[in-house]
Amino acid sequence: MQFDSISAFLAMGGYGFYVWLSYGVSAFVLALLVFSSISNHKKTKQHIAQRQKREIKLRQAAELQKAQASADTRL
Amino acid sequence: MMWKWLHPYANPETSYHFAGKILPWCARLAFIFLTIGITWALLFAPADYQQGDTFRIFYLHVPAAMLSMGIYLGMAIAALSSLVWQLKLADASAAAMAPIGAAFTLIALVTGSAWGKPMWGTWWIWDARLTSELILLFLYLGVIALHNAFEDKSLAGKAAGILALVGVINLPIIKYSVEWWNTLHQGATVSKLGQPSMSADMFWPFLVCFIGFAFFVTALICLRFRTEILNRNSMRPWVRELVVNKEKTHAV
Repeated sequence: MQFDSISAFLAMGGYGFYVWLSYGVSAFVLALLVFSSISNHKKTKQHIAQRQKREIKLRQAAELQKAQASADTRL
Repeated sequence: MMWKWLHPYANPETSYHFAGKILPWCARLAFIFLTIGITWALLFAPADYQQGDTFRIFYLHVPAAMLSMGIYLGMAIAALSSLVWQLKLADASAAAMAPIGAAFTLIALVTGSAWGKPMWGTWWIWDARLTSELILLFLYLGVIALHNAFEDKSLAGKAAGILALVGVINLPIIKYSVEWWNTLHQGATVSKLGQPSMSADMFWPFLVCFIGFAFFVTALICLRFRTEILNRNSMRPWVRELVVNKEKTHAV
């Protein structure tokens, strides 16, 4: 252990600001990268699922219309 | 012969599941190595006899800078194989690597700046090493922008790939800038031929941190690679099935 106390650890021999700035910014950037990567993955899956649902609905509506049209002509 | 072995990995579905299998292991190893490495770097590694405790920035700065260049090289190789052999998966992996490389370049620049202020007396100076690393960040941002600029992903991959390949010229410039020009930046510490200019009690925590960051990068590449595969294959039956199954398990 290089430091005698917590305050000495935080002070970093007088360079605390620069050391903690480095570690803080790095942690922040990497955390942002991780969260954006995970949420991107989830969003992509949701997006594909939604589009699929919309396609199925459109197809059903088209079939319904077709069935109705053929029923009308029969009358 | 090589093609036979590579063939299953050229299949997006196989690659998607393969990346999904190695992702958690890389994440675990990254967590273990980084926990040990950062604790070692902050608490147990000795202070430098000249630079004092600012030397602890080294354990972030150097791995980040090395990875920023390593990821760029990987991205350029992927871009080349995509342009030459039209491998769609290579495009996806290049697109996955770009934002990760950009993040590490940013970290290298910020930590370098925060180290330069107390040691050189300035946050920034337009010398060869710093300027070429800043250009690397702009190259990454250009590649990311081009990947997102076109609806057609293969066209986007081609444009971004050409920029990535042209930018490779910057890598040797960064690497040798400290030798070719007079700069404030110190010369190589770790990769010196023969006697490394680092004591063992500084080298080992550095190595552990570097390995940790390397696993972290691999895990992130796997994750983003999977997203890119889904984006490029959203109309394929296997993706549609996968997405629907996912929704069902969430609903239960």
